[in-house]
Amino acid sequence: MDLSTLTEYLPLYAQAAWLTLWVGVAGIALSFVIGVLCAAVRHFRIPVLRNVAGVYVELSRNTPLVVQLFFLYFGLPKLGILISSEQCAVIGLAFLGGSYMAEALRSGLEAVESIQTQSALALGLNPVQTLRHVVLPQAVAISVPALAANVVFLLKETSVVSIVALPDLVYVAKDLIGNDYNTVEALALLVGFYLVLLLPLSLLFAWLERRLRADGRRAKSRAPKTLGSWAVKEAAHA
Amino acid sequence: MHDWEVLFQGVNFERLLGGLWTSFSIALVAVLFSLVVGVPLGIAAASRNRWLRGGFQVYLQAIRVLPPLVLLFVFYFYLSLVTKVNLSAYASAITVFTLWGAAEMGDLVRGAVTSIPKHQYESAAALGLNPVQVQLRIVVPQSVRRLLPQAVNLVTRMIKTTSLVVLIGVVEVLKVGQQIIDVNRFEYPSAALWVYAAVFFMYFAVCYSISKAAAVLERRLA
Repeated sequence: MDLSTLTEYLPLYAQAAWLTLWVGVAGIALSFVIGVLCAAVRHFRIPVLRNVAGVYVELSRNTPLVVQLFFLYFGLPKLGILISSEQCAVIGLAFLGGSYMAEALRSGLEAVESIQTQSALALGLNPVQTLRHVVLPQAVAISVPALAANVVFLLKETSVVSIVALPDLVYVAKDLIGNDYNTVEALALLVGFYLVLLLPLSLLFAWLERRLRADGRRAKSRAPKTLGSWAVKEAAHA
Repeated sequence: MHDWEVLFQGVNFERLLGGLWTSFSIALVAVLFSLVVGVPLGIAAASRNRWLRGGFQVYLQAIRVLPPLVLLFVFYFYLSLVTKVNLSAYASAITVFTLWGAAEMGDLVRGAVTSIPKHQYESAAALGLNPVQVQLRIVVPQSVRRLLPQAVNLVTRMIKTTSLVVLIGVVEVLKVGQQIIDVNRFEYPSAALWVYAAVFFMYFAVCYSISKAAAVLERRLA
């Protein structure tokens, strides 16, 4: 491994890492919005829209991102819909991620037992208050580990955006291998930069999940079944 | 807009299916190898030996932390350089996806085995079953029930992940699609739309059927 080559390549990779991060953050934010909408539409059984959401979730979950991106980038222009590489990558990631987020949130909503809603209504809370103060806090707590896993998954999925001509980390690595034959340096930096992006996040989420689980156990041994402890305990099973 | 006809000109459709088969064959072989490697790995990871458990976790996390595409790149470009063995893109893909699949499969097996509650072992022992009988008659049947739907889902994940091989130059369905589009550039100018839509729905048809099968299994076995 040649150190001067590494330092020469470093700025190229740093730039590419920003792009990866930018596409990842934008795509993940958008997929969270789509996920919330789909989960809500399906949870409240809104006619027609819930069917649309259902079809979308199946289409998105059962096709690979590479194929989705090829269609967006090379197929859609033939219909006169021209989108830039960046837009394409973000839309593709959001299309894929939206369904994963929706499923994570929906399983959270479904895990809140109906007795919780019934009790809240019996205590005089109106439906909006019930949702705001009883159902959502529990559902979100249950969904957190799955949502966190999705964030990591989607950030890893951004590694394919070079097929829509975006100079991301993979693109730079492939380019440098082809141009200079400095394969070892190019790959070392590729792995290094992905580790910098992904390792802290993975560790943080693993720690978060352990904490939720530990809280759940402690709360469980403390016996009285408060709303909070119930939600966290359930999160451990999700 | 009757450019969809390009799909059925000559042997185009057969060629697309052939391309699809290329990536599916990688997925199938990798899944088989993953089963062979992953099941013992998972059983070892569920054992009480902390070295076995720790070793498996290190392997799993090392595979999981990086995107599969990066693993593919490292293996394809680096290993041929060090070992001087010129592995084809196809063989590299099978190797990498086996490494990936074995880790995931191992984790599923570990999860299924450790999810059997302690009282199952204790009750079985109390009823006079010997350790081998406890494993064969109590632990294995229950683990398999929990494992089967997830293992079927792993097949769809594998099929989706193997679509990455186009990036290391395997001529699979997207590459064949590109060739068809290029050849018909003048005759069918909007071929790209139809070809990539067709590829999209081919993947969907296969993965959706397998996902549904997994869902049915889950309902039946639960």
